[in-house]
Amino acid sequence: MLLSAIVILPFAAALLIPVIARAGAGASLCLGGLSTVMALVALLAQAPLVFQDGLVVERHAWVPKAGLDLAFFVDPLGLLMAGLILVIGLLVMIYARFYFGPKEAFGRFMARLALFQGSMLGIVIADNLLLLVIFWEMTSLSSFLLIGYWSHRADSRRGARNALVITSAGGLALLASALLIGHVAGTFQLTTILGQPDVVAQSALYLPILILVLFGCFTKSAQLPFQFWLPGAMAAPTPVSAYLHSATMVKAGLFLMARLWPILAGSEAWFLIVTTVGLLTMVVGAWIAIFKTDLKAILAYSTVSHLGMIAMLLGLGTKLAAVAAIFHLLNHALFKAALFLSAGIVEHETGTRDINRLGGLWRAMPITATLSTLAALAMAGVPLLNGFLSKEMMLEAAVHADYLGVAWLVPLLATVGSAFSVLYAFRFVGRVFFMGSGRPPGELAHDPGPGLWLPVACLIIPVVAIGVMPGLVAQDLVAQAGSAIIGEDPPVFELAIWHGWTQAFQLTLVAMVAGLLGLWVLRWLERLHAGLWHPSGEQIFGKLLDAGSCVVAWLTGRLQNGSLQFYLAVFCLTGLALGITAFWGGDLSAGTRPLMPLSPLGIIGWLVVLAASGFAVVAHQNRLLALIAAGLAGLMVALAFVAFSAPDLALTQLSVEVVTVVLLLLALNYLPKTTPRLRPLRRFGVNAPIALLAGAGVGAALYALLRRDVNSISAFYTAMALPAGGGANVVNVILVDFRGYDTLGEITVLAIAALVIYSLLQSALRGAAARRLTEWPSSAQAGDSHPLLLVVLTRLLLPMALLVGLYIFLRGHQAPGGGFIAGLIVGIALILQYMASGYAWASRRLPTDYHGLVAVGVLVALLTGSVAMLVGRPFLTGGFMHLHLPYLGSIELASATAFDLGVFLTVVGVVLLVLAGLSRMARLAEPSGETGPLTIALDRGENQPHRRTEDVGHAPIFGSSFARDAADPTAKEPD
Amino acid sequence: MEALFASAVGAMTAAGVYLLLQARTFPVVVGISFLSYAVNLFLFATGRLVNGAPPVIDAGAAVYADPLPQALVLTAIVISFAMTAILVVLALRGFLESGDDQVAAGRLGSDGKGEGP
Repeated sequence: MLLSAIVILPFAAALLIPVIARAGAGASLCLGGLSTVMALVALLAQAPLVFQDGLVVERHAWVPKAGLDLAFFVDPLGLLMAGLILVIGLLVMIYARFYFGPKEAFGRFMARLALFQGSMLGIVIADNLLLLVIFWEMTSLSSFLLIGYWSHRADSRRGARNALVITSAGGLALLASALLIGHVAGTFQLTTILGQPDVVAQSALYLPILILVLFGCFTKSAQLPFQFWLPGAMAAPTPVSAYLHSATMVKAGLFLMARLWPILAGSEAWFLIVTTVGLLTMVVGAWIAIFKTDLKAILAYSTVSHLGMIAMLLGLGTKLAAVAAIFHLLNHALFKAALFLSAGIVEHETGTRDINRLGGLWRAMPITATLSTLAALAMAGVPLLNGFLSKEMMLEAAVHADYLGVAWLVPLLATVGSAFSVLYAFRFVGRVFFMGSGRPPGELAHDPGPGLWLPVACLIIPVVAIGVMPGLVAQDLVAQAGSAIIGEDPPVFELAIWHGWTQAFQLTLVAMVAGLLGLWVLRWLERLHAGLWHPSGEQIFGKLLDAGSCVVAWLTGRLQNGSLQFYLAVFCLTGLALGITAFWGGDLSAGTRPLMPLSPLGIIGWLVVLAASGFAVVAHQNRLLALIAAGLAGLMVALAFVAFSAPDLALTQLSVEVVTVVLLLLALNYLPKTTPRLRPLRRFGVNAPIALLAGAGVGAALYALLRRDVNSISAFYTAMALPAGGGANVVNVILVDFRGYDTLGEITVLAIAALVIYSLLQSALRGAAARRLTEWPSSAQAGDSHPLLLVVLTRLLLPMALLVGLYIFLRGHQAPGGGFIAGLIVGIALILQYMASGYAWASRRLPTDYHGLVAVGVLVALLTGSVAMLVGRPFLTGGFMHLHLPYLGSIELASATAFDLGVFLTVVGVVLLVLAGLSRMARLAEPSGETGPLTIALDRGENQPHRRTEDVGHAPIFGSSFARDAADPTAKEPD
Repeated sequence: MEALFASAVGAMTAAGVYLLLQARTFPVVVGISFLSYAVNLFLFATGRLVNGAPPVIDAGAAVYADPLPQALVLTAIVISFAMTAILVVLALRGFLESGDDQVAAGRLGSDGKGEGP
């Protein structure tokens, strides 16, 4: 439990901080700090066990079938990394509290930082490769959020994007490598994989695995040629740069290389790739750092250089080099975080990071100057500071490296890199704190409060402590971590300041002297550098991205040309091509299922369908005729359902047909009534063959299907409907019980569709659409917009239709019917009132917020399903019982009925929402539609003036006195 | 009977596809209706055609039509209504906004780039 707590705590903080962020920056800091301290305590509680056994493991199954477990383990390497992440994280949080101004959204920053912290901890203690990849990607994402924290700045956004693209490309490669390793090793469990190093090392997939892993690690750790995202990421607030982009996240790549060292290192390929890339990165990064004038840019390139150095050490493949790598990783995290935080202080106090504008700050800022100088000297590798020890160890490892038979190459380049780092370290502190005499930006500067410099001091203490007493402070930790990398006992080594007059010490001296000489000739070096060609990785990458988006834009422009016709033609042709392919490759024998005899009614129906289809095609220019043809075909479909034993479907089809035709008629009212002929021949020449082929294909496929016997699971439903579902109507039992989940999904789709339509219609009442509606020519109206017969009949029919709806609903479980059909019938009955009497009349008498009805319907279905969970059964488990009541007989109470009620309400709501919404639009176009006919004088007496205007409104049709007379007899009837 | 059924479905498919490929919105909507009929009948027919044996449990019945495709098609009919409604309202809204009911927009093509660096 303790191990998962280490990871969970920061995530919990990330979730909670936004909640309490309003309470102020202090509260956010407390929460973030508390979670960090608790995680640290949990980690340290494991430390004795880790040092004793070498390993603490915790496993929970997550997705066992995919081999993905929530498995964590801590070994000395993980302990060291997790400790760094937590301790530096805590210091950075405190620092950030004082770094950000009061106007910054500190809570948001802390939440993102905590998110990153949890992800990073996940990487270093995950015992499952897939889990590790997940955390790896999460660091990329949280890094993106942190780099882009000042999202109003273009450089922030660009830096964040580049970092995300580069590191997540690496993440993909890493995922691929994890899958390959899992395939080779038969498990994703890291401890098992590391326990049998030869399995991967000797597999045929070793080289692909190696290249993919290294691609992931190099991108994450900013190795050449991916180094450019790291300086770009410096657009982030300085605490982020200190934490993510020098101390922890960029170390993730190196950490993974160290973690997989036993299974990957030792081969020729590993040595050549990693050492070469590491050496180049080290030298090139250091060279660039010499000439940068932005403090953070200097530190960024120096970080790139140091990362290269650690990579090179891991690449050498010797045990001592691996120990040196982890030692330098620790040291670098300490002094580089301190340097970044100091640079942040300088910027905070002077307002600039340009070393040309800074100088002589040591008088004004003695504390910062002291701390920075110590950190910079550690970076340069000056004795009595930690950097000296690991650099000497690095040179010692380099001396023994043999690069393709050339013994001097690695030591030479390593020394050159060291000399460069001496040079830029001295230049850094010299230009900022000592040279010059405090020009304008420095005048007002002074040391900040302890909130900013104390965290730096906390980092400097171990820098000095390790430097002065390495044997006491660091020896055991480094030895243990080293053995965790190597997988066995490390070679004998001793961390000490003085090892004697060794080659490594001589090279250290050479580097130191060369670096100081470099300071002497700095002006000359700068001129040399200015004359050299320096390609910008960021620009090249930007050009590549631009080229890529050009290609994509071109391709998209070609494919997505905005023509629905084109898309649909492509769709149909693709379908045809697939069908034809299947046809040629398939079994073409005639089926064996016996045919049904022809019936006269069947032949008539067939003729009507053919005629309707043909008519719709021929006469489609006249839209009303096309609509009638479609309605006719729909009715034939309903008859087909009747003929072939599907009464439920017939009822549904019939009522849907009515609703659809009404809907299309309403819409057609505000659309052109005819379709103009456009280039008819050319279009016809393309469309007709497509349509004919599609029709022939579907018909042939269906015929082939009907001639073959079926073997389905349906018999189960038929057999179980009565005993298990309590209903005789199998279709309804399937809908509301067996496959209730599907139905729930379907009514949700209906509800969503209704909401889309609602918003489309609602917003049409404003803007250009509304203007066009109000100017709609009212010439095309019928002479009688509310025919008396229709009005009277619909009102008479309403109660009967409602009763039929109720009946159909209640009997649905036993006989054809149910929620869908009943909902449609009730919907039609109500919509007829809108049709006959007008929107204004109907909406005053019916509830108008049908979207509420839709929501209630879905909720009822959902709650019915949830009741089963209350009694411990799975969601949507049905139950039923029979009640015997006097006079009414046996009544069945099924949970399915309640579910069906939800379906019913949703369908009613959807139908009314759509159709009432459409007829509401009509009010804009036809102001006369404001008032209905046969106005029932509900408000007679108390609201006389209102009624008068209504009467005048429909005067053209009936004349006001007639309308009033006609209204009276029906007044009592429907309401 | 099967041949008639299949050819009727084929005819409705052909009409649906032909109308779908028209340049104006309303024929496309009518085409979708035809296509829905065809697709629903097709799905329904995967249970094979049976006369006079509705899937309602009855002591006297020995044979039942396949209820599963029927249940599928029942919801499919209602959902195709919802989809038709969305299309119609979109068509209507598009026409009211632009005064034009063509389904082809102007070319967005080559200048429709994403955001530059």
